[in-house]
This record gives sequence, structure tokens and C-alpha cells, in this order.
Amino acid sequence: MDNAETMRGVPAGIGVPGSQKLAFAAMLVLIAAGPFLLYPVFLMKVLCFALFASAFNLLIGFVGLLSFGHAAYFGMGSYVSAHAAKIWGFTPELAILSGAAVAAALGALFGWLAIRRSGIYFAMITLALAQMVFFFCVQAPFTGGEDGIQAVPRGRLLGVLDLSSDMTLYWVVAAVFLAGFLFLYRVVHSPFGQVLKAIRENEPRAVSLGYRVDDYKLIAFVISAAMTGIAGGTKAIVFQLATLTDVNWPMSGEAVLMALVGGIGTIFGPPVGALVIIAMQNELAQLGAWVTVVQGAVFVACVLAFRRGIVGELQAKLGRPL
Amino acid sequence: MDTILGVPAVALYGQLMLGLINGAFYALLSLGLAVIFGMMNVINFTHGAQFMMGAFVAWMLLNWAGLGYWWALILAPLAVGATGVVIERLMISRLYRLDHLYGLLLTFGLALIIEGLFRNFFGSSGLPYRIPAELQGAMDLGFMFLPNYRGWVIVASAVVCLLTWFVIERTRLGAYLRAATERPMLVRAFGVNVPRMITLTYGFGVALAAFAGVLAAPIYSVNPNMGSSLIIVVFAVVVIGGMGSIAGSIVTGFGLGVIEGLTKVFWPEASNTVIFVIMAIVLLLRPAGLFGRA
Repeated sequence: MDNAETMRGVPAGIGVPGSQKLAFAAMLVLIAAGPFLLYPVFLMKVLCFALFASAFNLLIGFVGLLSFGHAAYFGMGSYVSAHAAKIWGFTPELAILSGAAVAAALGALFGWLAIRRSGIYFAMITLALAQMVFFFCVQAPFTGGEDGIQAVPRGRLLGVLDLSSDMTLYWVVAAVFLAGFLFLYRVVHSPFGQVLKAIRENEPRAVSLGYRVDDYKLIAFVISAAMTGIAGGTKAIVFQLATLTDVNWPMSGEAVLMALVGGIGTIFGPPVGALVIIAMQNELAQLGAWVTVVQGAVFVACVLAFRRGIVGELQAKLGRPL
Repeated sequence: MDTILGVPAVALYGQLMLGLINGAFYALLSLGLAVIFGMMNVINFTHGAQFMMGAFVAWMLLNWAGLGYWWALILAPLAVGATGVVIERLMISRLYRLDHLYGLLLTFGLALIIEGLFRNFFGSSGLPYRIPAELQGAMDLGFMFLPNYRGWVIVASAVVCLLTWFVIERTRLGAYLRAATERPMLVRAFGVNVPRMITLTYGFGVALAAFAGVLAAPIYSVNPNMGSSLIIVVFAVVVIGGMGSIAGSIVTGFGLGVIEGLTKVFWPEASNTVIFVIMAIVLLLRPAGLFGRA
């Protein structure tokens, strides 16, 4: 902690606002009731993407950095976890953690490069670096090229709990999501998170107050990349598959879209956005390429008329944070 | 056989020329991006889709209207530029007061829509487009054979780039444009219709992309995905050059194409990624880009 920390005065946010407690309770009920009402694999996909979108939202929503390259961390998390589980015989939790570790390391390197610029340049740089990872994955032997890594074993959690049943795996995935979600909540509402928001609102002032802004941005970037890696790794275990789709640029666009639809800068927005977008993809699956057109239209509509997103609008109506 | 640094000279010249051709496209596309960005502070993510539209309009003109390559070279940029004007008026113009990132997100969404639509109607496999009769065959340059069409692409792109540079940097219209970039309110006060200028600038940048698309049609197959992979490389080119200077983006575009071509000769596996690696190095040494202003 540097000196500036102690000058912050009263910690903002004493306790958790009631509106967020209520929303969290509602989310827990939905997660608990979900697999009895809907197909568990669909819900697991939603949970993985909810974590992905929340991790992405940490940067755009709370630091004001638009990363257009999160597919790199999602894809590497997915590939490394799949490889670790299949070839090295890791248990699923270790496989996912190794995916997260590689994603975090990659995030540290790319973040270190990208935070030299901000705004639009930051977006273009992260996109270009992610495309480099994509080309690497196309050529590297361990990714299996166009085939990807298939038939990844779900394995036994901690070597004990058999995950081959969808129901069992669902509870594990729900626990992973909740742990990641609460961790991100904690980060946003910690003194560290307050500094991130200060940087978002007025970077020169944060600098003049003595904060090492670049360090804060980089740490936020690494946290976001690591969480994204966990989401990607969990996805690889659920679908027993890691492919080039996970690491290609449209995947980055999906994270952006989910956060935008749900509400950038809100806590519960990205999971809601993930639910809406994945449900939409499922409904429209038989329409083929029209899915892209519809997603593009949703993008355009959100940017032009619905910038606050679903949860953002709700938050504005209620006048309480969500 | 002659060799240079252990590589057959013919292969070296061949890749060098391919590099120049790629560089011609990088230059045209990054120039369009720079012109649009300079005026509007918007990064036009739709640029790749508009490049693709240029190629498709050329194909449609040929197959549906019987109009050949030379007509397409004029009509396709006009048609695609006109769609750009509509997009700017209806959508992008609503975002100028907001964070510039919204412009990026909007144009990204538009790119998804356009590419999705073309994929629906034309499939992903690609359509052939013949090289016009006047440009078939090849020239013997003494040290290598240069297919006429490829030579034409390099020359046409260089001429259009230089004309654009000349108009913006050396004419009265360009002076208005540059003035409106710096102080839009003041220029408006002098009676220049700045919003219309912005609209036309966007249309012009888009037309440049479509022009590149027509040039590309006979070289690459005309397919809905031809723009999206290219545009990401062009973004890296723009980061390397910095968008502060028109001449800078032209030089960077051609230069990086050549470097990419050379990489194909000496280390083929790295040729896809070399531009991104250069971008990383430039970010370390000169974060504002080679020609950029911090």
C-alpha cells in the first residue's frame, strides 16, 4: 500500500446496499432452481459466460478500459485447461487453475503493453494482440489446429467427486461462478476498487493524488484476464472441448455485447447480459448466419438507444446500485 | 541461380512484391481510417466490411449489370461511399457528444450486420472475379516476371494515396478540413458547414475502403470474410504509424507490407504475427506511434 491509501478518508460503501443483497438473493434462487427447470448444460454455458462478461466488465465498467481482446484469455484458459486435463491428467480444478494461471501471465504481458495507450488505441491494441494469440493457436501443435482439443475428460473433482453427470458438474460450475463473482464484487468495493473508479472518472487527478495509475490498471487487467481464464477453462471442462472459436475475435465481441446488454459498470448486468445473449443464440441457432446479423443489430440498438443496458436502466429507475 | 542471404533471388523478389501488394491495401485502408479518425475521432470498425462491400459491388456490377472492372473502380466506391453517408447521418452523428468508444462499438455492430447479411446471401466460399483483359499477362522486368495486374494494384494504390495526401495537405479544401479537425466551432463560425464536411469525410474514407476492395477483387476471392481478418492487421498498422499524419499512414502501410513479405521468405511461420510483434515493440519504444503525436 502506498501513502496515498491512508489519505482516502472514510471508506466508501459501508456495508452492502439492500438492493444488491436482494439482487444477489434472487440470483442464488435462480441458480438453485435453474437446473430443475432448464437444461443444465445450457445453464452451465450461461454461468461460464456470466463470469467471462463480469471479468470483462471489471475493465470497461470500473477502470474505463475497453478491451477488445478478451478472447485471448478465454481461449488460452480453455486450451490450457483442456490440455492439462486430457494430456497431463490433471484433476478438473487443477486444470482450470492452470488455465487461469496462463491467462493471467498473458494478461500481465499484454496489459503491460496495452496500458501505454488509452481509449480507442487501447481497444485496437488489445484486439491486435489477441489476434496474434489466435494465429499462434492456429499454428501451435498442442491446440490441435482446426480440430481443437476434443474429448476432454471431465474427471473427478479433487480426485474424488465424479463430474460425468451434468447435475453434479452444474453445482461445481455454479460454485466456480459464485466464487469468481463474489471475488470481483470484493475487488470493485475494496479501497483498490475505489482507486480504479477514480482513475475511470478522472485519471489526471488520480495521478496528481499520488496513485501509481499504471500499477492499478495493470493489476485490474491481470485480475480480469485470470477470471476470464477461469471462465474459459470451466467452459472447456463442461463442453469437453477447446477450439479456435474460443480464441477468435468474435469471442471478444461477445463479452462486449453481454456487458453492454446487461449494463456496463453494474455488478449484476454482465450475468444478465450473458443469460440474454446465450438464450438468444440458442433460440436462433437454426437460423445460421442470421445470428450474427441479430447480434450486430442488438449492438447497434444498444449503442444508439439503450446505453445503460437492462440492469443499468433498472438501477436508474430504482435509484439504487445493482 | 542467384541467391541473396541464402534465399533464391526470384523467391525474394516474389515475396517482396506480394508484400508491396499487401502494403498497398494496408496503406489504402489505414489512410481511410486515419482520415475518418482525424475528422470524427471515431475508429471505423466497419472499414473491413466496407472493403468487402467494394469487392462485392464490383462482382454484382459485372454479373448483374454487365459493367466491367473499370466501371466498378468508379461506381463501387461511389455506391459504398453513399451507404457510408447514410450510416453517418442516421447513426454515427448521434454519438459525437459521447465517449468515442461508443463509435467503435456501433461500427463493430454494423460490421457484424453487414458481414452476416453477405454471408446469408452469398455463402462463405467466395466468388471468382476475373482480371480485366487489359491487365492480363505479365511483364519481364529482367530480374523477375511481374504480373501486370499486381503492378497495377501497387501503382493505383500509390496514386490514390498521394492524391489524398495532396488534397488534404496542399489544397484549400484540405485546409478547411484540417482546420475543422482542430477547432470545429471556430470553423463553423466562419460559415463552413462542418457537419456536412464530416459526413462527406466519412463517405470519402469509406469510398477509399471500397476502392481497395475493388482492387482486391481479382486477387483474392470475393468473400464475406475478406475484410474482417484484414482490418485487425490494419488496426495494428494504425497503432504502429499513429494516426496523426496522413503521409505517415501511407508510409507505414507500404513499409509493413514489405516487412511482412520479407518475413515470409526468412521465417514463414512468423509472417502472420510479425506486424503484431512490431506493434508491441513500437509500443515499448514510442507509444504514440512512429508518426503520432502523444
